[in-house]
Amino acid sequence: MMTTQEIENPLIKFLLHLGDNALIMGHRNSEWCGHGPILEQDIALTNIALDQIGQARNFYQYAAKLILESSGEQLTEDSLAYLRDSWDFKNCLLVELPNGHWGRTVLKQLIVSAYQFCVYQELEKNADKQLAAIASKSLKEITYHFRWSSEWVIRLGDGTSESTQKMKDALDAIWPYTNEWTNFSDYELNILGDSHLTIRENFEEKLGAVLSEAGLTAPTIAFSQDGGKKGNHTEHLGYILAEMQFLQRAYPNAAW
Amino acid sequence: MQHGKTEKCMNDLEKKIWQLLEKITDPEIPVLSIIDLGIIRSVKVNHTSTDTPHEVLIWYTPTYSACPAVDMINTDILVSLTVAGFTNIRLEQTLFPAWTTDWMSESGKEKLKKYGIAAPIGKSCENIALADLKIACPQCGSIQTILVSEFSSTACKALYKCNTCLEPFDYFKCH
Repeated sequence: MMTTQEIENPLIKFLLHLGDNALIMGHRNSEWCGHGPILEQDIALTNIALDQIGQARNFYQYAAKLILESSGEQLTEDSLAYLRDSWDFKNCLLVELPNGHWGRTVLKQLIVSAYQFCVYQELEKNADKQLAAIASKSLKEITYHFRWSSEWVIRLGDGTSESTQKMKDALDAIWPYTNEWTNFSDYELNILGDSHLTIRENFEEKLGAVLSEAGLTAPTIAFSQDGGKKGNHTEHLGYILAEMQFLQRAYPNAAW
Repeated sequence: MQHGKTEKCMNDLEKKIWQLLEKITDPEIPVLSIIDLGIIRSVKVNHTSTDTPHEVLIWYTPTYSACPAVDMINTDILVSLTVAGFTNIRLEQTLFPAWTTDWMSESGKEKLKKYGIAAPIGKSCENIALADLKIACPQCGSIQTILVSEFSSTACKALYKCNTCLEPFDYFKCH
């Protein structure tokens, strides 16, 4: 069993955080494969899952390179994805929550895409060339994810009385997991500097605009759930990892 | 003189490699070569001494982060160059600047259309919402078309339906 717990380098921690968000979100999205309400939307969400997993690969590859340079430890994108346990994962809790119904899934996607858009927009300007390159590449993909999920949230929020009610309930259920995105950890602040203020502002504005067009009001509860960035996760992550990592753990180094 | 001669020799080899690459197609859109797609950024041939084989360095940019065709294309490049006699081949991925449909050749766009896929319209930086674009049907040319889904058979395409000939078709998204 490997661990990345002792890593202090803020850039590596941040890369793992970004990669973990993308990987776990991609994995959750992939659960819809073959279960979408209609074929076209099944394909759309599966494509988004693929983009997310591709982005995770880029972040992990870069993290593995930096880990090798700083400690000499030979890790790969695969060992980072398949051989770490839940306390090593730094993703926000929202991505690991179960999908629920279609409306809740697209709402989750909207929040994640809005955040990824805002953070990549700032990272694109980062002094670290490779981080900026990955962000710039990802941003193009996220633009489509954001638009796709916005359209669904607006259609369902501003739809029938039943769809509106389901979206309100979904928003109530996942809203406590929204603040964590802009409740920045030390390693994020170290890389983002003052741009974290821009990210927070843009995120609230981008998300707020879609919710407002959908006729949905964000709950005013003060309670916020967090801990993911430090490795404190919900029980759901363990189940995801058990499924995702089973093959590599049962058959070490198995290749496709 | 000797130097100039070597220089020319290198250019010929690089030219030969570009010609070989021109024959490699995108496995998902077999009418497009990887040159049409614009994913090859540079080709460099280094020759340090007469005792060692030429070192071929090819830089490429993937279209999408998770494009599943990348591994296949890499294998095709290696096979093609190996068959042509090159032994020391290195493929390097570069993410910056990010690939854009602006790099797709005009002949590539024409080939796409003939194949039944509407080619990307406009510049990637304009970032116009798909719903606001008028995409002509590659089958009948009608602009009475409707967006069905922002994602189609692959992440790089959107799915449309033509209201005139009633055929569905793919649109290669501006990216």
